[in-house]
Amino acid sequence: MPFSSLSEIKTRLDDGQTTAVEVAQLYLDRIAAHNEQLNAFVHLDAEHVLGQAQASDAYRAAHGVHGARALEGLPIAVKDIFCTQDGPTQCCSNILKDFHAPYDAHVITKLKEAGAVLVGKTNMDEFAMGSSTETSAFGVCRNPWDTDRIPGGSSGGSASAVAAALTPAALGTDTGGSIRQPASLTGITGMKPTYGRVSRRGIIAFASSLDQAGPMTRTVKDAAMLTAAIEGHDPLDSTTVADAPQLDWLKACEQRDMKGMKIGVPKEYFVEGMDAEVRASVEEALKQCEALGAELVDISLPNTDLAVAAYYVIAPSEASANLSRYDSVRFGHRCENPEDLLDMYTRSRDEGFGAEVKRRILTGAYALSSGYYDAYYLKAQKVRTLIQQDFTQAFEKVDVIATPTSPITAFKIGEKTDDPLTMYLSDIYTIAVNLAGLPGLSQPCGFAQNLPVGLQWIAPAWREDVLLGAASAYEAATDWHKQVPAAFNEISGGEA
Amino acid sequence: MSWEVVIGLEVHCQINTKTKAFCGCSTTFGAEPNTQTCPVCLGMPGQLPVLNSVAVDKTILTGLAIAGDINLESKFDRKNYFYPDLPKGYQITQFTVPLVEHGHIDIVTKSSGAKRIGVTRIHMEEDAGKSMHEGLDAVSHIDLNRSGIPLMEIVSEPDMRSADEAIAYLKNLHQVIRFLGVSGADMEKGQFRCDANVSVRRPGEPFGTRTEMKNMNSFRFIKQAIDYEVVRQIEVIEDGGKVIQESRLWDSVKNESRSMRSKEEANDYRYFPEPDLPPLRVSQLEVDNIKAGMPELPHQLRARFEAEFGLSAYDADVLTQTRELSDWYEALVAAHPADPKRCANWMANELLGRLKEMNKDLAHCPISAQAFAQLLDRMADSTISGKTGKDVLDAMMETGVSADDFIEAKGLKQVSDSGAIDTMIQTIMDASPNQLEAYRGGKEKLFGFFVGQVMKASKGQANPAMVNQRLKELLKAS
Repeated sequence: MPFSSLSEIKTRLDDGQTTAVEVAQLYLDRIAAHNEQLNAFVHLDAEHVLGQAQASDAYRAAHGVHGARALEGLPIAVKDIFCTQDGPTQCCSNILKDFHAPYDAHVITKLKEAGAVLVGKTNMDEFAMGSSTETSAFGVCRNPWDTDRIPGGSSGGSASAVAAALTPAALGTDTGGSIRQPASLTGITGMKPTYGRVSRRGIIAFASSLDQAGPMTRTVKDAAMLTAAIEGHDPLDSTTVADAPQLDWLKACEQRDMKGMKIGVPKEYFVEGMDAEVRASVEEALKQCEALGAELVDISLPNTDLAVAAYYVIAPSEASANLSRYDSVRFGHRCENPEDLLDMYTRSRDEGFGAEVKRRILTGAYALSSGYYDAYYLKAQKVRTLIQQDFTQAFEKVDVIATPTSPITAFKIGEKTDDPLTMYLSDIYTIAVNLAGLPGLSQPCGFAQNLPVGLQWIAPAWREDVLLGAASAYEAATDWHKQVPAAFNEISGGEA
Repeated sequence: MSWEVVIGLEVHCQINTKTKAFCGCSTTFGAEPNTQTCPVCLGMPGQLPVLNSVAVDKTILTGLAIAGDINLESKFDRKNYFYPDLPKGYQITQFTVPLVEHGHIDIVTKSSGAKRIGVTRIHMEEDAGKSMHEGLDAVSHIDLNRSGIPLMEIVSEPDMRSADEAIAYLKNLHQVIRFLGVSGADMEKGQFRCDANVSVRRPGEPFGTRTEMKNMNSFRFIKQAIDYEVVRQIEVIEDGGKVIQESRLWDSVKNESRSMRSKEEANDYRYFPEPDLPPLRVSQLEVDNIKAGMPELPHQLRARFEAEFGLSAYDADVLTQTRELSDWYEALVAAHPADPKRCANWMANELLGRLKEMNKDLAHCPISAQAFAQLLDRMADSTISGKTGKDVLDAMMETGVSADDFIEAKGLKQVSDSGAIDTMIQTIMDASPNQLEAYRGGKEKLFGFFVGQVMKASKGQANPAMVNQRLKELLKAS
């Protein structure tokens, strides 16, 4: 394990104990040693990474310690869903094979402005549609805790890379749990900010009203650092909020106890069917919170059981429109020798999209079609409102809500691929947070069957400080976040 | 038994903003294909729309001009269909809650007089690109310069009962839009496009099945297409058939329409709320400010021209056809305030007639309103006669010369000196004793003979009114 956190690297860089180039080289060596096994990265340009690190060292030399930018010299990997001018952006789909975006996503620009060193593109479920990273067109990604198992999804590549320390931190996106669930399954920290906190511009859209980018890191403070760098109003994304409450992100992470904090524990999240050991780990974590001074309050989120159904109407509906632009006219895969326009559309899309993406486009188009709209889309939107109201009422009684992130630990590769419905249920605890637009954070809280278990925190809109405070206090009292999969625990690359 | 025609119209009008509806690309017409595009209007991955607020303001202004209600909160939706000139695979439009509702336009036709036509809604949307197939072998070309240009879609109630009413509505709407300056509304450039929904029924019965006539880019074609469709539908029904709900394309070369697609084949557009754009909220204050900046509308101008300047309804109508005309007329009256009616007559009959012959519009008129006023002044102060005035105007229009310079140079100043005129009259009376005697004997028709002789003697420069007056007195005297 080379470094424990982004913060540690930052301190060492600031103290002159290491350089951005040394740090970058160290992680490049680890990627070279382990990526073949994990398939966490789908694109990497080592020379380009070192070039950025050199530039960062030069910037630091020119501006001094105090002139260094917030993420100066810190390696950050990004999911293949973020458009970057450098290298391909393919969303792990054959329809975007070799697509090069002529622009950076807003958050990529922000990372560059903060001095970060961008370390390649990470594996993901195709168009972020999946919970296991198995739908990637570029091969399944593996969980470093057990390489026969999935790392969760859709940001599985980012999760796997951070868990195996192939990068100290990464960006993911979360539409129904795609940051938090893989963070949980790989024993790292992942946060989905409030919808509207982070610009979606240049992030390939899956479900526009739910998508949100966020950090995947080894510590809560790292998550705060990264969010602070990427968040903020973007005039070119009308769904970011101009007057969103500003937070002191790092100060929020200084919280060390939970005195006076009321933690809501929704009974609907502890139900039959969840793994007994997962439940035990989360209940143990809640006891720990009590010991730190928190008051546990039983609450009810009565419409929880409708969330998955509503999500699997709304997200595919939006996706069916968002993915219409992949028509092979202007960019992306086009079939050989189309006979006519219809043949070009149908064959290009048939060849370019994988089975899960097709399933969701069809589901969405069906839900929106004339005669079904009221029964599906409109009904789902009503459920969404009810779920939002559930949370609003809950937050009248409590400061924050704690739940398991996932009802199960990482499952075996291929175990659920033939059963999409069971796969969909692995997001059962994360989906409602997206539907309500709230911030959510998952952090490691134990092990079940020797696999990581995640604790999910949910706060009111714009109150990421509450999430970060609770999670920081819990993290300070435990060392689950310090656990590293044994096979990936060597200090540098190569010699494992 | 007679048939009643029922017509509703949908007008797509490009809003004349500098930049497109949802991105910063230029909207200039006629640029090289695909030079006015960016990742947003090309539908590239991850790109997001940002609403053009000028387009919103111009739509609100249009809504207020037709006495519509402005929805302080309206919504955008996605209309889904695949076509190569629609980059995103959906059009951003306002389906459920449009920006404007419940307006109206008043029309006057010869057949049915004054009538109020309801405007159901005006909503904002984006234009698609252009596909080109003609002259290409096995490929199509796509120009996306037009992709994302802001449109207003103005939807009428099915209130019109004849092609004449439809044309009156369209001309009125077109005129209002031009006056507001919210669109170039150039039909040849596709800035003002009309689809007509047409059906027939027996009076008093429910609406018949309608067809939608598309692709009509002139008032003449619209009238032809509606008339054609009415005859076609009546024939279908009278032959025992049924009208099929369908879209029909007008072929202005063959003067006939043909079926594009029936309702069964029609797209299911799968509308749903556009998640990339929050609801459009405007404040009452913003609406009030836009209202305060509302220019005078054609019907208001017509009324004012009649009341303030004493114009006939006909002249007032002619001079308010465009903002350019009414502005020119008002500038003319300002420079020749004594006689607004003379201004109207001379402008409507003489100036516009000459411009038409020269195939020029007012913007390219060789003379200014002030120069034209000088000509009117010279007629008013009897320097020249009306007849001479027309000749002077010809010269002004041809060379741009001023009225005074031309009158001076050509010695056209008319004789208004009563002494000189009396001398000429006396000379002629002396030279025509027989005619004088006959006139004094009661043959009053000979008055014209004397006028003609005096004018001839003065080479046309004697003031005709003065000649008349002096002749009457001197011929009487004995």
